[in-house]
Amino acid sequence: MNASFPLLFAVVLFCVGVYGVLSRRNAIMVLMSVELMLAAVIINLVAFGAIAPVVEREHVGQIFALFVLAIGAAEVGIGLAIVLLLYRNRASVNIDEADLMKY
Amino acid sequence: MARPGAARQRPASEDTQVLSIQDVAMLGVAVIGGGAALLVVMSRNVVHSALYLVIALLSVAGTFLLLGAEFLAWAQVLVYVGAVVVLILFGLMLTRAPIGPMPQESDVGPWFPLVPAGGLFAVLTYLTFTQFGDERIDLTVVRTSALGQEIYVTWAFPFMVLGFFLTVALIGAVVIARREEGEGPIPAEEHEALEPTYTDSTPSPGRVAPGAGGRRAVDASGAEGPVPDEVRS
Repeated sequence: MNASFPLLFAVVLFCVGVYGVLSRRNAIMVLMSVELMLAAVIINLVAFGAIAPVVEREHVGQIFALFVLAIGAAEVGIGLAIVLLLYRNRASVNIDEADLMKY
Repeated sequence: MARPGAARQRPASEDTQVLSIQDVAMLGVAVIGGGAALLVVMSRNVVHSALYLVIALLSVAGTFLLLGAEFLAWAQVLVYVGAVVVLILFGLMLTRAPIGPMPQESDVGPWFPLVPAGGLFAVLTYLTFTQFGDERIDLTVVRTSALGQEIYVTWAFPFMVLGFFLTVALIGAVVIARREEGEGPIPAEEHEALEPTYTDSTPSPGRVAPGAGGRRAVDASGAEGPVPDEVRS
């Protein structure tokens, strides 16, 4: 398989995630777009681990990807807890309206 | 691939025109995943976006299978599709996500974020094709037992730290989202009904009635006056 295909898929996912973070107004939509970016990073890690394996450290790309996967899942959990708290205090998850600390 | 003794500058030059079955599968998975990701960010209905996210994450798991990471593919399906998307759907439910199409999104409009996203896409695509366009990945499956040998021997300490980190994140999420008294849109009458007030006539040791000078709290400074009545426990 050509090495640029999974990397290109990761680039597409990452850029779509960037677009989603910048353009969506619902806080949970922003979290979903961040998840897309994280998925792109994990694909990159596994792909680079397959392109250039290191003999002294076996499968280090996949192990690194496993850690990023677990940390991403924890981040979504805490992010959703924060969004729930925001909703409970303001009855809205619109991030454009959460601007009390703006100048 | 290259014949022995033949000097080639690009050993894979004879089959860069021919796409193997893995190439075709990878392209198919990438098209499906890319299309699903686009629909995630462009869909007007947030619940539809969450369901398109399922397709995108499943295509990511397919990519892992094509790269030979079988354990990671299954972990991706279990963790992301099975838990994270369900968590997102619960979050959508608890924040009263609108059923049906949402109105116009952010103030800058739908076309302005295309500038950074499109620029990033152009730069990264160019870099990927120029640097990695000639390399090939051989599909060698990494067995879960081999991965386990590495994780539990070489990476045992980071693995334990990861377990600890997940526990802390779980407890932290519970603490953050816990419903405290006195917050939220619940009106004041419901708060009084939820817990007994201190104006009961039943005496209890150690409990001072309001108006009797506040709480005799153990104060480190000791120089402050009586605590006002509005301060609750």
